[in-house]
Amino acid sequence: MSELVSVLSANQLIVAFAIIGVIIWGSYWLSDVLTGGRIHGSAVAIVFGLILAWYGGAKTGGTKGIADVELLAGIGVMGGAMLRDFAIVATAFGVDWHEIKRAGLSGSVSVIAGVVISFVVGAVVAVAFGYRDPVAVTTIGAGAVTYIVGPVTGAALGAGSDVIALSVAAGLAKSILVMTSTPAVAGLIGLNNPQSAMVFGGLMGTTSGVTAGLAATDPKLVPYGAMTATFYTGVGCLLVPSVLFLVVRAMLL
Amino acid sequence: MIIYGVALLSACLVAGLYIGEVLGKAIGVQANVGGVGIAMLLLILACNLPRFRSLTSGTSAGGITFWSAMYIPIVVAMAARQNVAGALDGGVLALVAGVAAVIVSFAFIPLISRIGNAPVAPATAEEPAADE
Repeated sequence: MSELVSVLSANQLIVAFAIIGVIIWGSYWLSDVLTGGRIHGSAVAIVFGLILAWYGGAKTGGTKGIADVELLAGIGVMGGAMLRDFAIVATAFGVDWHEIKRAGLSGSVSVIAGVVISFVVGAVVAVAFGYRDPVAVTTIGAGAVTYIVGPVTGAALGAGSDVIALSVAAGLAKSILVMTSTPAVAGLIGLNNPQSAMVFGGLMGTTSGVTAGLAATDPKLVPYGAMTATFYTGVGCLLVPSVLFLVVRAMLL
Repeated sequence: MIIYGVALLSACLVAGLYIGEVLGKAIGVQANVGGVGIAMLLLILACNLPRFRSLTSGTSAGGITFWSAMYIPIVVAMAARQNVAGALDGGVLALVAGVAAVIVSFAFIPLISRIGNAPVAPATAEEPAADE
């Protein structure tokens, strides 16, 4: 037994490949048997991943989901930013350049609109819950943009750590909801072509949410959504602690 | 050689992330601005330049398509390492803020998708054959 444990812990990334392979196999099987393929196998796999992540977090008290379980740490490497970005860029291989150009304007508009819309919604919710301090309201609104913009803004404005934690949680809730709900609402919002995928990426902005949501909807749309989503956090870090903070302060003071 | 495709992909990612980092610094934000998006544009550019054809066709292309096909498994691993427990522990305010932001943003997708279509319509009319 101890030999097995030492082999597994010395080959964590390889173990992760095997485990994710089994999860995906089981998810496609469930998707076929239970839903006749109506709920896509990758959507089932992503939900399964999130459940594992919840279990790992609840069990270990860590922040990296199931990757905090020692023998499964390889899942953290496999699903970490480095390999994720590498694979996202690879999806651009064979992308139609004309589609990108066609959606250039609406894609750019969507990034700025997306940051402002999510921020306003988050800030309004913060005010509705009784927050009146402009720094706290701005930081929580920033969290509704993405879970990176939240702490960056909070640090820049000097928000308390409890407010920063709230902003991260709001961003996580957003990202997870985008991952799981996108396939269900795709038909309603016309998310079935490269242009709307670029607008979707720009409006939602959470790279993990957008790319997982599109993967579960139609993998061909992933590169288009990812393209705009990767600009979102940068634009958020630019607009929120500056212009949007000044607007909030003017309105609350 | 498969490694040529992998190397091209790596070069695009590193160059894109570097440009994104410099861009972030230039506008004074603590974030990488569009690094991955820029890397994607570089890869698309390389695919369309005759100079790079040997890196983006034949077996070399396999080095790129492999990673493209690994995308969904990587996303599943990414889902499994999210701080789901943290999101649920954030309480009602955090959940309401996140959920409301998603619902309102979804509602804007059909509206903003329409913006682009009018001005670029002539461009699509020029090459109707490509759509078929």
